[in-house]
Amino acid sequence: MAALEEGFTLTAVPLGSGPDGPLGVEQSDKTDQFLVTDSGRTVILYKVSDQKPLGSWSVKQGQIITCPAVCNFQTGEYIVVHDNKVLRIWNNEDVNLDKVFKATLSAEVYRIHSIQGTEPVVLFKEGAIRGLEALLAEPQQKIETVISDEEVIKWTKFFMVFRHAVLIFITEKHGNYFAYVQKFNSRILSKYTLLLGQEEKSVTQSFSTSVHRKFISLMSLSSDGCVYETLIPVHPSDPEKNQRVVRSLLLKSVVSGNARSGVALTILDQDHVAVLGPPLSASKECLSIWNTKFQTLQTSKELPQGTSGQLWYHGENLFMLHGKFLTVIPYKCEVSSLAGALGKLKHSQDPDIHAMTHFVNWETSQGYGLGSQNSEQSKRILRRRKIEVSVQLEVPPSTQLLAAIQKDSEKHIEVELRKFLAVKRTPDFHTIIGDVVIGLLGRYKAEPSFYPRNCLMQLIQTRVLSYSLCPGLMEFALEKTDVQILQLCLQQFPDIPESVTCACLKIFLSIGDDSLQETDINMESVSDYTATIQDGEIEEQTEILQNGFSPEEDNCKNCAQELIEKPQAATEESTSCPVTGKRAALLNAILHSAYSETFLLPHLKDIPAQHITLFLQYLYFLYLKCSENATMTLPGIHPPTLNQIMDWICLLLDANFTVVVMIPEAKRLLLSLYKFVKSQISICSELNKIEVSFRELQKLNQEKTNRELYSIEVLELF
Amino acid sequence: MGEFKVHRVRFFNYVPSGIRCVAYNNQSNRLAVSRTDGTVEIYNLSANYFQEKFFPGHESRATEALCWANGQRLFSAGLNGEIIEYDLQALNIKYAMDAFGGPIWSMAASPNGSQLLVGCEDGSVKLFQITPDKIQFERNFDRQKSRILSLSWHPAGTHIAAGSIDYISVFDVKSGSAIHKMLVDRQYMGVSKRKCIIWGVAFLSDGTVISVDSAGKVQFWDSATGTLVKNHLIANTDVQSIAISDQEDSFVVGTAEGTVFHFQLVSVTSNSSEKQWVRTKPFQHHTHDVRAVAHSPIALISGGTDTHLVIRPLMEKVEVKNYDAALRKITFPHRRLVSCAKKKQLLLFQFAHHLELWRLGSTVATGKNGDTLPLSKNADHLLHLKTKGPENVICSCISPCGSWIAYSTASRFFLYRLNYEHDNINLQRVSKMPAFLRSALQILFSEDSTKLFVASNQGSVHVIRLLEGSFKHLHTFQPQSGTVESMCLLAVSPDGNWLAASGTSAGVHVYNVKQLKLHCTVPAYNFPVTALAIAPNTNNLVIAHSDQQVFEYSIPDKQYTQWSRTIQKQGFHHLWLQRDTPITHISFHPKRPMHIFLHDAYMFCIIDKSLPLPNDKTLLYNPLPPTNESDIIRRRTAHAFKISKKYKPLLFMDLLDERTLVVVERPLDDIIAQLPPPIKKKKFGT
Repeated sequence: MAALEEGFTLTAVPLGSGPDGPLGVEQSDKTDQFLVTDSGRTVILYKVSDQKPLGSWSVKQGQIITCPAVCNFQTGEYIVVHDNKVLRIWNNEDVNLDKVFKATLSAEVYRIHSIQGTEPVVLFKEGAIRGLEALLAEPQQKIETVISDEEVIKWTKFFMVFRHAVLIFITEKHGNYFAYVQKFNSRILSKYTLLLGQEEKSVTQSFSTSVHRKFISLMSLSSDGCVYETLIPVHPSDPEKNQRVVRSLLLKSVVSGNARSGVALTILDQDHVAVLGPPLSASKECLSIWNTKFQTLQTSKELPQGTSGQLWYHGENLFMLHGKFLTVIPYKCEVSSLAGALGKLKHSQDPDIHAMTHFVNWETSQGYGLGSQNSEQSKRILRRRKIEVSVQLEVPPSTQLLAAIQKDSEKHIEVELRKFLAVKRTPDFHTIIGDVVIGLLGRYKAEPSFYPRNCLMQLIQTRVLSYSLCPGLMEFALEKTDVQILQLCLQQFPDIPESVTCACLKIFLSIGDDSLQETDINMESVSDYTATIQDGEIEEQTEILQNGFSPEEDNCKNCAQELIEKPQAATEESTSCPVTGKRAALLNAILHSAYSETFLLPHLKDIPAQHITLFLQYLYFLYLKCSENATMTLPGIHPPTLNQIMDWICLLLDANFTVVVMIPEAKRLLLSLYKFVKSQISICSELNKIEVSFRELQKLNQEKTNRELYSIEVLELF
Repeated sequence: MGEFKVHRVRFFNYVPSGIRCVAYNNQSNRLAVSRTDGTVEIYNLSANYFQEKFFPGHESRATEALCWANGQRLFSAGLNGEIIEYDLQALNIKYAMDAFGGPIWSMAASPNGSQLLVGCEDGSVKLFQITPDKIQFERNFDRQKSRILSLSWHPAGTHIAAGSIDYISVFDVKSGSAIHKMLVDRQYMGVSKRKCIIWGVAFLSDGTVISVDSAGKVQFWDSATGTLVKNHLIANTDVQSIAISDQEDSFVVGTAEGTVFHFQLVSVTSNSSEKQWVRTKPFQHHTHDVRAVAHSPIALISGGTDTHLVIRPLMEKVEVKNYDAALRKITFPHRRLVSCAKKKQLLLFQFAHHLELWRLGSTVATGKNGDTLPLSKNADHLLHLKTKGPENVICSCISPCGSWIAYSTASRFFLYRLNYEHDNINLQRVSKMPAFLRSALQILFSEDSTKLFVASNQGSVHVIRLLEGSFKHLHTFQPQSGTVESMCLLAVSPDGNWLAASGTSAGVHVYNVKQLKLHCTVPAYNFPVTALAIAPNTNNLVIAHSDQQVFEYSIPDKQYTQWSRTIQKQGFHHLWLQRDTPITHISFHPKRPMHIFLHDAYMFCIIDKSLPLPNDKTLLYNPLPPTNESDIIRRRTAHAFKISKKYKPLLFMDLLDERTLVVVERPLDDIIAQLPPPIKKKKFGT
C-alpha cells in the first residue's frame, strides 16, 4: 500500500527563488544527500535525513545559473552551468565557484544529466548531445543543431536501459510534440511524433518516463487533467524514419481540467504515479499517489500554501515546493495483499527489515553500490588536485548476491541479480554464475515453495553456464516440468548428458498441448513450416525426388504400390506437421543438442512407443520439408539441419525398431522410411563408386608425376 | 648460383621398421624407441629431438618391452626371453640375460629403480634386483594361467598390476601373491569376442588401476576391492598402449585405428575438489596401430606400425614458442644410409640386412631449368650384398674410387674389394681382419681411397692403409684418457692430412693423419653434432649441430673462421632455426671454395659465403624469381642461403662433379605402400 509519510521542510529559510521555484533537485554521490539548485545563483548540498545543508556555492553577482547542478557519479564532482555556456566543475572542498575548473562552451546548454554507472551527458538547447569527457576534451567544439528552428525542448530525461544509457527529450513546435530518443550504445537518434489522439486542444504539461521491458513508457499529464501513456520502443525497427506514436489514456481527471499551473507528474514505480495539482477546480493543490493498474487513488496530501508545479522523486523522497519552502515527503509502497486489505496482515517481528520492501528503481538500481565504481572513475580526476576519493572497500556484488540468495525474497534476489549482471564481467564470472545457480537450487531444496524461475532464466541466458557448472538445474526443471527452462538449457548448454537429453525428450513428447499453450516458448527455430498445408499442393508433393532418386526406380514395387493406393492419406500425413508449433520448437531444441550415440541409445528405449511414433512422424515431416528445396535446408532462423534429422531418425529406429514395427499406425511411416533408406543406400553406393574412381584418377595422376624411379633433371638455383 | 644436372634417385627402397616400444626418461629428457627389427634408438628431446644414439637390431631379438631404470640405465626384453642392458656410452649391449620364462612380453622398473619386473609367456612374473653392473634374479610371483602382457608398479612400490588375457592380477610385492584378480568383460558392443587381451595397465598412487584392452575399452579399477569403477569405450578396435604422466593428472592411450586419446583428471564442477577422468582430446597422427605411447611433461609421444614417431606437445604445458611447441613427426633416421663413389658415379645403399650398389645412368642432352632429360643409359643395379649373420648393419661405406666396400655389424667388420671388368663385377672379401676391427660405428675412406678410417665403439679411431687386395694397420687414435665416449661421425680432408671425429656430446677432435697425433679439439657445444665435413684447400671444418647452428672452424688456424664468427654474431634466419630435421650431410664444390652444400630431410642448401647473410626480414626460401625480373634486383635480394625444397624427403645429396648433383629421395607414399594395410574405416555409411 502506497503511503506518504509526514513531510518536512528542507530549508528553514525560504529559498531566494522567484516564482519559478528551484531549478532542480539532484542526487549526489552519497545517499541521502541532494543538490538543490535555485533559479538564482546558489547551489546547496543538503543532507535530507538531518534536514541541514552541508555546503553552499554561489556564482558571482551578475552571473546566473541556468541549469541545475548535478553530481558526476564517476568522480564525485559537481557540475553546473551558468550563463548558458559556462561549465563549472568543483568538489566538496572547493569554496569559491569562481576559482574552480571552468569551461566555456560554444553553444547553450539545456541540461546536464548524470546517473549512476555512466558518464554525465550534456544536452544542448539545439538538441545536440555530448558526453562530458568528450566535451571537456575540446570545449569549443562545434555543436550541431538537431531540432528545427522553432522547436523548443520541453522536458528531458536520462536513464539506463539494459546497461545502456538512453536520453530522451521532448520538444514542442506549434502545439505538436516530438520525442527524441538517443541511445548511446548505438549513437542512433530516433525521432517520434507524439500524436495526441482526439483531445487536440489540450496542452501537455508534464512528462515522466519509465522503462518497461522493451518499451519506454512516456506518461504525460495533459491540461485536461488526464494522464496519457505513450509507448516508445527501445529498439526502433527503423531508426532513420520519423515515426509516429499514439498515446493512450491511462488515468482520467487526476487534476482539475482548468488548472493553470502547479501541475506535475512523476512515475514512482511500475504501478504508481505521483501527481501534483488541484484535484478539483476549486480545491487547494494536492500531492496524490495513483495506482495506474487499478486506477485508484492511493493517498493524497494537501499542500495549502500552493506549489510551483515541480516534483522530483529521488530515492524514496518526493521533493516539491510548498509555499516558499522546499518540502520533502518520504514515500513508501508496500506490497499489497489480500490479507493487508482485510487488515489481517501480521506485522512482522522485525519491522526494520521487512516493513520496507525494496523496489526496482531503474534510475538508481543500475550499478548501485557496486565495487566497480572506483575502477571506472574517469581519467579526469587526475587533473584536479585536491580531489578526495572515498575509497570504501565495498563487498563484492557476487558475495552480496550469494548472501541474498540464502535469505531474501525472490524479488529481492532478482534485483540483486540484475545489479550483478549489470557489472562488467570479471574473469571468474562464469564460476560465480554457477555458484549462484547452485545456491538458488540449494535454497529450493531446503524450501520447496521458493521457485526463482525468473532468476534462473536470466542466469541461463547469460550464456556462460554449462551443465557441469550447475548440475541439478536441469533435474530441477525436469521435476517442475518447466519446458521453457529446459528449452533454454538445451539451447545454451554444450554438455548435457544423454540421459538428461532423453528425459527432456520424454517430457516434450508427453506434455499436454493445453499446458504447452500457456508456456512462453522461443519459437525461433520453428518457422511457418509447421502451419498445416491442407490441399492444393498435393500434386507437387507426390513428385518429391528423394535425393535425386525417384521412387519409380525403386525395386520395392509393392510397398510403393501400397503408398500410391492411398496417396491422399499419405500426402496429408506428410504435409501437415504432426505436432503443434510449440512442441516442434521444443523438439528442435532436442535435435540441436549434442549427444553421443552410444550413451543415448539405451535411454531412448524407455520412451513409450506412441511417442516414438509421433517423434518419427515429426522427423519424417522435417525431412520432407528439407527435401523441398535444393539446398536441403529448412526455412527459419537456426532450424535443425538435415544431418541432425537423419541421425535422430536412425537413432530412434535403432533403439525402438522392434516396438515400432508392431504398431499398426507406424506401418506407413516405416514403409516410407524404408523406401527412403533404400534410396540413400543406392546414393551411398554411387558415392563409393565415385570415390574409388576418383582415387584411381588420383593414383594415375601421381604415377604420372612420380612414376620414374630414376631421372636426370636440370635444376637452376638463383 | 648455377645450373646443375640432378640425378634424382627414388630407387632406394628403404622402409623403416615399425615402432614397438617407447620409453621416456624424465631425468635426462631422453626417449628410447625400439623398433620391430630390434633396433633401439635414443632421442635427445632437449637437443631438438635429435636421434643421438642407436643400437643395431638383431633378427632374433624382437623387443617387446623397454624401460629406463635406476636413473639412466636402459633395459629391453623380448620374445627371445632375454633381458638386455645397453651401454649408452660405448653404444653396445652390456649383457643379455635369459629370464627362463619363455618369451618376455612386458617389463617394468620399480619406482625407486632398484628392481626390475618381467612378465613372461608362461604366466610368471619375475623380480630382478638391479645391481650396479648387472641384474640378479630374486624371485617369482604367483604363476598365472596365461602370458603377462603388461605390468605396472604402484608408485609406492608395494603392489603391482599385471595384465594378462581376460583378467588383471594385482600382486603384493612383499609376499608375491596375487591379492585380486579382476575379470575383464569380453563383450564388445554386445558381441562376444574370443579373448580380451589386456594390452596395458597403469597403477595410480590412489590404488586405481587403469587398463586398456583389445575390446577397445579403457577401464578404471579399484585395486583395493578389485571392482570396476568406470568404463570408457573408446574404439572399435584394440587399445594397445597406455602411458601416464608423473603427476597422474593425465594419461594417453593409443588405438589400433591410429588414434591417440588424451585423458585428463578434471574437476567435476568449478572449485570442487572432486575430480574425474575425462577423455579430452583425440589425435589422429597415425594411419596404423599405435603400438606404444609415452607421456613427457609437455608432450604426448606415440609410435606404431606406420614407423612415425610423433611428438605432440600439450599446448597448455608449453610456455614459449620454441622447438617444444611444434608437432614433430620423425620418420627417417638422423644418420646417413647412403654413400657415394663420385668418380665412378656409384651409390651404396644400406639396408638392415643387405647392401645395394647402383650405378647412375647418364644423358647427353642438355636442357633448361625444370627439364627432365632423356636418359641415354639407365641406372644399373650392380650388386646385392647380403650380410652374414642375424645382426643388422650399423654402417657402411664405399670408397671414392668405387673399388672398396666396407660395412660393419655389431660383432664383425667386413671389407670387400671390387674389380670392374666392363659390365662384370668381381667381389672379393678381404679376409683376416685384425682382431681389434670387430665392430665399427662409422667407416670412412680417404679421398684417394688409400686409407680407411674406422671409428670403433671404444672411442678409438683406427687408420688402415689399403693396398691392392690387402691392408695394413697404420695407427689407432686412442680416446683421451678418462673418456669412453665412442665416435659416431668422421670426416677427412680431401688432401688426406686431417681427420675430424666427433662423439655425441664432447667436442670434435681433429687428428693430423701425417703425424698421427691429435691436432686440436673444437670446443664442445651444447648440442650434438649432426654432420661434419672438411673443405678442400682451406681445410675449414664445417660442423652442423642439432639446433641448426652451423660452425666453420679453420683447422690450420685452430680457430673459428671470420665467416663463422660473423654468422654467429648476426644469428641465423629464424626460419632456418625452425627447421625440424637435422643436417645429415655436408659437401663442397671442388672449384668454388666459397660454397657449402648441406641438406636435411626437406631441403638442400648451398651457402655462398661471399654473399650477405639474410636477416629475419629477408625471404629465406626464395621461390624461383620471375624471368622478367632484372638482374639488379635479383642481385640486391640475393643472400647467402640458396635453398631448394624440390626434393623431399631427402635422404642424401652430394656433388658428383662441378655440374652434377645426386639426390636420393624416399617418397612417403612408397613407404606406406609397403606397410601392411591399415584398419579400414568406412565412409558414406555403407
